[in-house]
Amino acid sequence: MPTPTSPPRLQLTAISKQYPGCLANDRIDLSIAPGEIRALLGENGAGKSTLMKIIYGVTQPSSGELRWHGEVMKMRDPAMARGLGIGMVFQHFSLFETLTVAENIALAMGTAAGTPKQLEPQIREVSQRYGMALEPSRLVHSLSIGERQRVEIVRCLMQDIKLLILDEPTSVLTPQEADELFVTLRRLAAEGCSILFISHKLGEVRALCQSATVLRGGRVSGHCVPAECSDLELARLMVGDAEGLESSYPKVSGGLPRLRVDDLSWHNPDPFGCSLSQIRLEVRSGEIVGIAGVAGNGQDELLALLSGETRLARGEQARVSLDGAPIAHLYPDARRTLGLAFVPAERLGHGAVPDLSLSDNALLTAFQQGLVSRGLVQRGKVRELADEIIRRFAVKTPNANAAARSLSGGNLQKFILGREILQNPKLLVAAHPTWGVDVGAAAAIHRALIALRDAGAAILVISEDLDELFQISDRIGALCSGKLSPLAATAHTEAVEVGRWMAGEFAPVAPSHSPAAAPAAAPL
Amino acid sequence: MDLDLLSNILYAMVRTGTPLLLVALGELICEKSGVLNLGQEGMMLFGAVIGFIVALATGNLWLGVLLAMAAGMLLSMLFAAVALGFNANQVATGLALTIFGVGLSTFVGAAWVGKPLSGFEPIAIPLLSEIPLIGRMLFAQDVLIYLSFALFALVAWVLLKSRIGLIIQAVGESPDAASAMGLPVLRVRTLAVLFGGAMAGLAGGYLSLAYTPMWAENMTAGRGWIALALVVFASWRVFRVLLGAYLFGLASILHLVAQGIGLSIPSNLLAMLPYVATIVVLVLLSRDAIKTRLYAPVSLGQPWQPGH
Repeated sequence: MPTPTSPPRLQLTAISKQYPGCLANDRIDLSIAPGEIRALLGENGAGKSTLMKIIYGVTQPSSGELRWHGEVMKMRDPAMARGLGIGMVFQHFSLFETLTVAENIALAMGTAAGTPKQLEPQIREVSQRYGMALEPSRLVHSLSIGERQRVEIVRCLMQDIKLLILDEPTSVLTPQEADELFVTLRRLAAEGCSILFISHKLGEVRALCQSATVLRGGRVSGHCVPAECSDLELARLMVGDAEGLESSYPKVSGGLPRLRVDDLSWHNPDPFGCSLSQIRLEVRSGEIVGIAGVAGNGQDELLALLSGETRLARGEQARVSLDGAPIAHLYPDARRTLGLAFVPAERLGHGAVPDLSLSDNALLTAFQQGLVSRGLVQRGKVRELADEIIRRFAVKTPNANAAARSLSGGNLQKFILGREILQNPKLLVAAHPTWGVDVGAAAAIHRALIALRDAGAAILVISEDLDELFQISDRIGALCSGKLSPLAATAHTEAVEVGRWMAGEFAPVAPSHSPAAAPAAAPL
Repeated sequence: MDLDLLSNILYAMVRTGTPLLLVALGELICEKSGVLNLGQEGMMLFGAVIGFIVALATGNLWLGVLLAMAAGMLLSMLFAAVALGFNANQVATGLALTIFGVGLSTFVGAAWVGKPLSGFEPIAIPLLSEIPLIGRMLFAQDVLIYLSFALFALVAWVLLKSRIGLIIQAVGESPDAASAMGLPVLRVRTLAVLFGGAMAGLAGGYLSLAYTPMWAENMTAGRGWIALALVVFASWRVFRVLLGAYLFGLASILHLVAQGIGLSIPSNLLAMLPYVATIVVLVLLSRDAIKTRLYAPVSLGQPWQPGH
């Protein structure tokens, strides 16, 4: 809260930002006092990113006023914002992988700060003072995600920092790493630095922030003190109607094994990629298995091996099997014939072709459902299928001729998921099913997955969202550096334990009972 | 093979490799910043013809060199305006630039084909050029070759040691991140393209003012294209560019030597030797995937505009 004696460090008054066809920010007011940790809460698409881009000078507001220490400012570009002492840690890191830690920091600091070599002692000193261990001479590509975030933060701290903006900083961290980050942030705030903490995780905001500004649909829907608000009150500010959002689903134990992954090891030819080693996993009919993990720990690789985008040699075909039939050597269409359905992480460009209509997109994976006869597409049936998906899954679109790219993320995801579910799959593999989806659509997606489970399908969900996995999955595990933790019943597992698995703290898998030698994944 | 012949081969190797080295150094900087300019051949030819005409008309070789560089820069400015300013496809723009440059140089130079010019003469540095074997190669060349040594040292220092090099590499790896950091991405890229243009123009000028002082249509004979391949196969590493350029020079000379001593290999096959040898050696060197990833500019060829 701004004290009467001194002006707030940053004050935004009636900031609006108009993009073609979309008012991203609508007369937003926000102020941060020195030493204050303020949360900026909101759903995806609420206008958080636009607002902080305005503060950091990446983009200019259409109207409104920005005051820095009481003075009206026009933030021309990020260089000017940094000059004033504003630092920003992006969600997708703005680091250069082929440069060292010191070089990355030197680039941001300007010529006066000295060469990368001259900066090394200072980097060590700052990283020690705030409890963030860093080796300045290491190349960034060899660092873990958590370490990369430290580089970003240290880079901000090296300058005379007055305001630190963090965009969803914990989405790439394990719960334990997040706690360590909070210790650093509290210390910074105690030294007088203001912190703007952007998040949609209520628990974190309550633990860290003294005040919160909530955005909804580009407008401020309320200011509050998080510690004095219940989750439901905060959720209502974020979503408007919080009805039926926090549902819990009964946990089940499933029937016979459907998907078996047996001692799957895979060496990644990309030197910066992740190799898989000795993955063992079983998904039974009528259960949802959730796999947690920080991005880049082998999720994409495992998904590609399951979907058929990466195939194994015929000799290793039994590494992945569906209902007892080996499928590891099969192309995606052959796997789909056997009853596999797949929802990839990336909706536009992987799950759907952006420029094709919804009915054409429906045809793309459902063509084996009698939509093609003697090489000719049955247009009428395709249209019927698309209309059915749109109706059953409440996809908001004018009609089935709309291009996939014209749909919002949540609606397109409902369509893609609906397309896969209507093919009555025996096994559904879904990656990040609700990533970037608003709360209402996420709940609908969760209900659809549970219904598919109760109809007897086996479902594997890979997600970075721990809350989601605890909500919908019956058994849970985590990937770390291409290794899979043991799976445990979600009902008897704590989030902290899964957090430890995400950090790689689990017993190595027992040696394989089968004598077949899997090619060991070479470490980088 | 006696020492004299060897010394002559090395001398000719540098002379033949130099135009390639100059273009490739320019393109290296350009690609490091994330811009793929396929117009090298066109810029070289335009530089060659302008340099030749100016030198012949004014009698001043240095003015020719200077305007050859300016000519290359002029064409690269066109490329920068279209590919960076208007965000057009870099491959298509570069190809168009080459076609344009070939046509333009033929048109401009039509009246000057076959005219004689006394170009740059070798300057032997006393004492140093007497060193056996490498003396002639390094210290009895013409002044443009000495300049190419200096330019190589400059480019190597910029890329490996200087802050400018860091900035170029950062812009080429992730223009979004560089821009978020406050680096002027488009300005860096434009300057890199202009530098590439100047170097291509200089290489063209070297051909028409020193290497073979005359003007002939298409006298670059595909060197612009080889330089492009050279940069890629050298995995964007400056010392390998030097190695590749001289290797190409050496193989070109060897095929002449082989013909001279009457080897019974068809000359067409021998003429392929420089191209094949250069590419094979550099491909073998670039097998280390991690190292290649470390030096390759990730955003190469992708159009980029500042976010709004």
